Amino acid sequence: MSETAQQSPHHIDVKEFHPRAQAAIHNPKIRQNFRKAMDGLMTKRKSAFEGWDLETLRDLGANIRLRALANLPDLLEQLEQKLTENGIKVHWAVDSDDACQIVRDICVARDAKSVIKGKSMVSEEMELNHYLEEQGITALESDLGEYIVQLAGETPSHIIMPAIHKNTGEISELMHEKTGTDLSHDVEYLTTAARLQLREKFMNADVGVSGVNFAVAETGTLCLVENEGNGRMTTTVPPCHIAVTGIEKVVPNLEDVTALMALLTRSATGQHITTYFNMISGPRKPDEMDGPEEVHLVLVDNGRSSIYQDNELLDTLRCIRCGACMNHCPVYTRVGGHTYGTTYPGPIGKILMPHLIGLDEGRHLPTASSLCGACGEVCPVKIPIPDLLVRLRQESVDGDKLHPAKVNGHGAKRGAMEAMVWKGWSWMHARPGAYRFGTNMAARFRKLQPGKIGGWTQFRTAPKLASKTLHERMKERGQ
Amino acid sequence: MSSRETILQRLRNRTGGELTAPECDFSVLKRPDWSTAERIELFEKTIESVHGEVHRCTEDTWIGRLAELLATRGARNLLVPKEHEIGLSLRSAVERESLPSLLIYDEPIESWQTALFNDVDAGITSTRGGIAETGSLILWPNADEPRLMSLVPPVHVAVLYAKEIYTTFHEAMLAQNWAAGMPTNALLVSGPSKTADIEQTLAYGVHGPKELIVLIIE
Repeated sequence: MSETAQQSPHHIDVKEFHPRAQAAIHNPKIRQNFRKAMDGLMTKRKSAFEGWDLETLRDLGANIRLRALANLPDLLEQLEQKLTENGIKVHWAVDSDDACQIVRDICVARDAKSVIKGKSMVSEEMELNHYLEEQGITALESDLGEYIVQLAGETPSHIIMPAIHKNTGEISELMHEKTGTDLSHDVEYLTTAARLQLREKFMNADVGVSGVNFAVAETGTLCLVENEGNGRMTTTVPPCHIAVTGIEKVVPNLEDVTALMALLTRSATGQHITTYFNMISGPRKPDEMDGPEEVHLVLVDNGRSSIYQDNELLDTLRCIRCGACMNHCPVYTRVGGHTYGTTYPGPIGKILMPHLIGLDEGRHLPTASSLCGACGEVCPVKIPIPDLLVRLRQESVDGDKLHPAKVNGHGAKRGAMEAMVWKGWSWMHARPGAYRFGTNMAARFRKLQPGKIGGWTQFRTAPKLASKTLHERMKERGQ
Repeated sequence: MSSRETILQRLRNRTGGELTAPECDFSVLKRPDWSTAERIELFEKTIESVHGEVHRCTEDTWIGRLAELLATRGARNLLVPKEHEIGLSLRSAVERESLPSLLIYDEPIESWQTALFNDVDAGITSTRGGIAETGSLILWPNADEPRLMSLVPPVHVAVLYAKEIYTTFHEAMLAQNWAAGMPTNALLVSGPSKTADIEQTLAYGVHGPKELIVLIIE
């Protein structure tokens, strides 16, 4: 098991990013597992878009998401009305606690003791399993990756492939230890074992909890994208289905879903489409033989309406959670998902999590990037992730005149020394005489420059000051 | 104030001002008008690439082919729709073809859940068409063909009419006017259930069917 993953999932200090990154970088197993997986995913994505006018398709994806966000409050009301007409009960939650309580109340009203779950990142954000356990309700993950991660007492390290940090040997040992399966590197055997274990649970669960990929306002339809069939099981077998989703997941029309699907699965795993695309528009009708008798949707805000206030930060809400930004991120590939210590790791996590936990908690997230730009280039809905990282970096030292800081915990990295240095810098640059004097002095006394300059020289050699200033050189060239 | 009002009010009073909705041009999803033969070929190629199995048949041959396919798998039984023509044809053919015993899903799941999960070897459903580009089947489960029929048995057989294969999802959705009203559950099924959650190694039948057999009727 990785060092980074041994900590209890719900008590990770996000601020301890650097020690975790150090440990991960020196862990060859983590490096290998991620490198191998990310290389494969990048190749698959590329070939899946062959023959497509990808730029135009990405423009369409971005416009669909922007159009939805432009009418967000109206669309949410339309969605609520349509879902209600269809017999689905809609609940609103301002934050995670609110959302957890709504789920608990539905369970309590049904005297439900066991919950089976399909994959849902919003439920991870809510730490729903943990909360339900405390209330005496068992919550079991049924997506194979999530099941493995839950057996290990960990959190997902990737939003699409939760157990990507483990190799077959580690999973075999884990399943052997926790469920009594034989030790085997045969993936077929391990998968079949999990199928049998989980089928029992599907049959006996009182409630199924799932996420939502797109909520369609026009028809009141909840769309779920998956390969395994556990999502269909979760939303069909138990007598009650509770879907949880962020308020930004709504789109106006069913037609919008066709374009977003074309982008989502190809960007995520390089698939033309997933095995199942499940569209749920109501509970079981009286003449039907299966399906849940009750369906609920919990619309979760949890910081999203704050992101919505700002015209630049708003772009964060376009995300369709494909994970392509992490698959292409040189930092993520090297440190792995757990290093971030947040529900959403990688580039999208770095621009989303500061809003959810504050920039004081998430102070290291916007700087855990080389700003290489790969995330922005592959994003299917063209979120300018690098620009947003820069914006959050500004906010973490308190913004600027153009963008007054808005994110909770802004200014957390502002230090007296740095502020003073920049003040001096700006003073000097506004005065030609002082500037010339300063640079001349720096060139003359360059031998006195210290060899170690804080964090900069931890992994690099210090830059050397030139013997002549630029002004002097230009003068020599007669210009 | 309720959570609902709090959220809606925050969204309505956004400090960034009114947002303008951009135009959305869906023409990038359009594909040339392919012939039925081209669509069948592409459908077949795409669904086979994800481990689906395709058999081209006619109205006269599909039952015989199905019987063979089920026999080689040693299926003891087959779950069939009660009222749909597929179910009716199969029931009337059961004497002359060597079909396994036919079961009907005409009771609520609660009364036979264990049997459905443990004892049913295969299920056959109709489709509302196919999608060539993604190799997908369109399924709208209903009272006659309930949702779990295509999910719980280890083998799912789907009957697809060649003339009902559309080129893209977008085209199919518009042609069938889905926006006018959706059933309680609608699905696209593209291959058997699968996972790559263990070290990116593909394994089939993790929760749903291990095998998907498509009988295309030309």
